[in-house]
Amino acid sequence: MWKWLHPYAKGEATYRLLGAWLPWLSGLAALLMTVGLVWGLFYAPPDYQQGDSYRIIFIHVPAAMFSMGAYTGMAIAALIALVWQIRTAEWAIAAIAPVGAVLTFVALFTGAVWGKPMWGTWWEWDARLTSELILLFLYIGVLALYYAFNDARTGAKAAAILSLVGVVNVPIIHFSVYWWNSLHQGATITKFEKPSMPPEMLIPLLICIAGFLFLTAALVTQRLRNEILKQELHRPWAQQQLGVEVNHGV
Amino acid sequence: MNNASTWQLISCIMRRDLAVALRRRSDIINPLLFVVIVVTLFPLAVGPGPDILGRIATGVIWVAALLSALLGSERLFRDDFLDGSLEQLVLLPAPLPALALGKIIVHWLLSGLPLVILAPLCALLLKLPMDAWGVLMLTLLVGTPMLSAMTAVGAALTVSLGRGGALLSLLLLPLFIPLLIFAAAAVESTLVGTSAYGQVLLLAGLMLLTLTLAPLAVAAAIRVSVN
Amino acid sequence: MAFDSWQEAIWMGGYGFYVWLSFGVSLLAIGVLVVHGLLTRKKLATMAVQEKQRKQRLARRQQQERELRSATTE
Repeated sequence: MWKWLHPYAKGEATYRLLGAWLPWLSGLAALLMTVGLVWGLFYAPPDYQQGDSYRIIFIHVPAAMFSMGAYTGMAIAALIALVWQIRTAEWAIAAIAPVGAVLTFVALFTGAVWGKPMWGTWWEWDARLTSELILLFLYIGVLALYYAFNDARTGAKAAAILSLVGVVNVPIIHFSVYWWNSLHQGATITKFEKPSMPPEMLIPLLICIAGFLFLTAALVTQRLRNEILKQELHRPWAQQQLGVEVNHGV
Repeated sequence: MNNASTWQLISCIMRRDLAVALRRRSDIINPLLFVVIVVTLFPLAVGPGPDILGRIATGVIWVAALLSALLGSERLFRDDFLDGSLEQLVLLPAPLPALALGKIIVHWLLSGLPLVILAPLCALLLKLPMDAWGVLMLTLLVGTPMLSAMTAVGAALTVSLGRGGALLSLLLLPLFIPLLIFAAAAVESTLVGTSAYGQVLLLAGLMLLTLTLAPLAVAAAIRVSVN
Repeated sequence: MAFDSWQEAIWMGGYGFYVWLSFGVSLLAIGVLVVHGLLTRKKLATMAVQEKQRKQRLARRQQQERELRSATTE
């Protein structure tokens, strides 16, 4: 059933496939994010309780969602790398980690800046904030481990193990608002119930979420293509891509 | 050549680890001494007022335990890696996760268990109210095996690196934080007057989960480091 | 628009500092990622060119040594 995936174990095939996707991903990301953020910043009505400060939600919620989503993607890549020894998956770990780390930082920063006027404090050690901070440390740890080894493959495998060990943190972040009733508010959007947000605010939020989805995908794609080129630099196809004339026979 | 059963292999490795560790007493004493020193320094720095000390006592003891676990982490795999016995461990006909669990248990016997016994002394020095001493020892008893298990994961991942020290702290920090939060919360709830039963039970559940899964990660990490 | 004027939009009902700080830092962080990706790509191109030049130098040196050896054996 998974035979169609096999060609993508080779760097070149993945590079070309991602190259076809990248313009679409970047274009959709730019479009959706511009529309969503402008709508949310200037056209959505102010909140009854929080006034205009709630507009931070249009960055905070998507960033937090995809900080967890990116980690899950990284853990899946780690599993594939460890079990099937596929090098493209190893490189994917190094591609996702920086993007995930930046998303986590954005979520933490916007959350802190939003929290100051709302809760009166820049930071509070409640369950969700703490586990999101742990996620940031996990991302940094995975990256540090990946580049700490002389042999790239050993580093990738060690980073893969760490990603899998840390994936238990993702459900903790998600469910922390249900398990511990503390500072951070509960989920706004659930699959089964009517969202607690009016549509004038919900729709720009959904557009921003879609925008961040394509943004994350585009950023990871860009980094993965770079990583593939770096690892395959000695091959003619890679040199060709980088604009170096390949002289067969040299 | 006798046919050693899996259990015989594991117990042999454990006995060997125990014997080797007991020969280097300083490796065992130093982390414990570190905890006592840290615990002694806090009253000098913060002031001997019992209200402040009593409130931070749990946190200080647990953080000192975490730091001493980091200190003692090299002992787990470094020497075996350097003289090649780690490779031999991989080649044994026993399942590597089981051998890893054996090593973790020996490590705990020499680092976590003495800490549980040392806890009343630390609690005394930090003026922790006596009714919380029992729960403190209980959280240490239940939590330090987790500590050994997670330290083993980090140590196995970084054993082949030359200077893995700071990296190890970075790797282990996200794993230590939940343990620290639950353990400290358990003792705090006793101080406040509520029962710590639920939290200790949760800690025990986490400990069992960690002891089940960590050896798998340790085995994978050993295989990676040895190649 | 939800605001009566641009000044009000920037003021954000008193929360302007927080809103613009969040948006600014977030977009800056994402921008840094994008730029870093582009710069890496340029660096890889330079590395590829350098590697090619190095190979050419090596090939030339080997060719010279071969000629020298065949000249001395004659």
